[in-house]
Amino acid sequence: MGSRLLGIIAKEFIHLRRDMFALVLALAVPVAMLFIFGWAINTDVKHVPTAVFEQSGSAEARSFLDAMTNTQYFDILYWVSSHTELARLIDKGTAKVGVVIPPDFGRQLSRQAADIQVIVDASDPLVATSAVNAAAAIGAQRSLQIITRTVEGASVGRQGEPPPLDVRVRAWYNPDLVSAIFIVPGLIGALLMQTTITAMAVSVVREREKGTLEALIVSPIRRWELLLGKIIPNLVVAYGQMTMALLVAHYVFDVPIRGSLPLLYVLAMSFMLGTLGIGIFLSAVSRTVPQAMQLTFLTFLPSIYLSGLLFPIEGMPVVAQYLSALIPLTYFLRIVRGIVLKGVGFSYLWPSLVPLLIFGATIFTLAVLKFRKTLD
Amino acid sequence: MSAETYAVETRQLTRRFGKRVAVDHLDLHVRAGELYGFLGPNGAGKSTTLRMLCGILEPSEGGGTVLGIDLVAEPERIKSVIGYMSQKFSLYDELTVDENLTFYARVYEVPRAQRAARLAQMVQLADLSGRESQIAGTLSGGYRQRLALACALVHSPRLIFLDEPTAGVDPVSRRNFWGLIRRLADQGTTIIVTTHYMDEAELCDSLGFIYQGRLIAQGSPATIKTETFRRPVVEVEVDDLRRASDLLADWDAVEEVVRIGTRLRVVLGSEHATAADVGGFLSRAGLPPRWVHEVEPSVEDLFVSFVDKERKARLREQLRALELNTPLPPGERAG
Repeated sequence: MGSRLLGIIAKEFIHLRRDMFALVLALAVPVAMLFIFGWAINTDVKHVPTAVFEQSGSAEARSFLDAMTNTQYFDILYWVSSHTELARLIDKGTAKVGVVIPPDFGRQLSRQAADIQVIVDASDPLVATSAVNAAAAIGAQRSLQIITRTVEGASVGRQGEPPPLDVRVRAWYNPDLVSAIFIVPGLIGALLMQTTITAMAVSVVREREKGTLEALIVSPIRRWELLLGKIIPNLVVAYGQMTMALLVAHYVFDVPIRGSLPLLYVLAMSFMLGTLGIGIFLSAVSRTVPQAMQLTFLTFLPSIYLSGLLFPIEGMPVVAQYLSALIPLTYFLRIVRGIVLKGVGFSYLWPSLVPLLIFGATIFTLAVLKFRKTLD
Repeated sequence: MSAETYAVETRQLTRRFGKRVAVDHLDLHVRAGELYGFLGPNGAGKSTTLRMLCGILEPSEGGGTVLGIDLVAEPERIKSVIGYMSQKFSLYDELTVDENLTFYARVYEVPRAQRAARLAQMVQLADLSGRESQIAGTLSGGYRQRLALACALVHSPRLIFLDEPTAGVDPVSRRNFWGLIRRLADQGTTIIVTTHYMDEAELCDSLGFIYQGRLIAQGSPATIKTETFRRPVVEVEVDDLRRASDLLADWDAVEEVVRIGTRLRVVLGSEHATAADVGGFLSRAGLPPRWVHEVEPSVEDLFVSFVDKERKARLREQLRALELNTPLPPGERAG
């Protein structure tokens, strides 16, 4: 290794060691991020406070409400005696769901057409969706049971046989449907992105601010040496964070690691090629460290929301879906989730790798060209 | 390489930025082993010239050699044989004195075997013994300045560029620093230094004064004074400074009048004019001076004398503002 390149690398590591604050931050941030996102973000909403206006007093109603409670989606906390009272509870936000059972519910059921009204406070769509789905599922299930019973009553001899239609859903890779298992591996991608972009941009801009970049420009250092000298320590930190995050994911959040870690580490490079490129680009256009930070944040936001890190891409409007196809994190998430959760190999992952490489090579080249220009 | 007479020599060196001519056909001659002061107000073209000489900016026209290396053909080679120190000092504040020196030693590829000896020598030179492990950010101004110089010298360059090395440093450190570079020059290192301080200019072997992209004067301070300038300078103390100033400015014998504190500084047009002439003139006008004396012309007087009458006042103002206001905020330096 050339003495000049070695000089830069050694210096960057001294910076890192001296700047304890940055070092602690670099190691603590992944852990904090995992805890915040892994625990706080839970898209399956359970134990929604529920108010019930029960007018029938029938056994059928009792049994339906028990079924609701048993799903754990609904906590029946309030029993009310009028529509007005129900409306007030929902207006106040004390109850998020209201269930209205009509006076003739038992009689209706025996005639096979019963109406139960479920009112949902949809100001929080996530709660609403969960509640609506759960309520609909219970309704469907109960209907099926009733039909089955009716059929059984009609044809003697089929006693004790299972219902005619039994849908069994198997949730692969994440059988308990825990949000953390979906989100935590994705966070590794977000983390790598954050580190490589910010650290890269800041380490160059700080030199510009302090005037040391001027000395480097006048020195015999080649631009590629300067860049590589900053990229290598950056990658070491990024991989350190990734390892830290995987450990926490596995041992704290019980995220299974089903695939090949070496493959994950290698493919992460293709992702970081692009993010380092963004970092270099931002370092070339920013004059001050706060400016660089703000620009980083700007690139970070769309990636978080459009990549499918928190919300599934399938649920986005078409335009947003197109945008998400332009975001490198989208592809890297597929790779991380593919390897960590599904344990799939390279043959399944290359369709995500190709766009990453194309993006990475393009942005990296453009960034380096821009960087060269700003040094002149 | 043969010992060249000139460490730096340019021919019609020119640099344009769009339509603006920053450096206009400069013929610069810096002898080897000389302490050369490169002067001029902001925006005059000093920095642009230095950047071309360091091999980081391509000339639009003309060319030259630095230590015998063609600056158009081989700018990269120039970089490793020269030293450069800027007014920002370019030190890494989180690194120790030793680590800063080691970094620059690596960057300038000082052979490993020589590094330790070289570093020790630099610590000695910068008077930093005992502070090798001190974090550079905690050093005071004078020490930082000498460390920056040591970093620029770590690869034993035969030519160093010092871009306003004393800007914002206290007067004692300034004097020590000049003692240091004087010794370096005496030992054979060529030094090109830019400064705003006219008293520093007096300490140089040669001066080049650049104004609006052109070299308007070049030579040793003594030569410029005795051969080119040759005008008496008189200082006057008088009651009504403003009226006296107006009267003198209109007098044919006077080339320039400047107010300096409670005095007027009068540059006379003729070699043979004296302080007595000025005293007589003012007395006749009804403003007898309390004190009138011939003084030594300053470097500032020399340079101002090279520009047209209408530009004199403005140039004086510029030079003065520089001495008072340094250091300038980063990024606002032009030229």
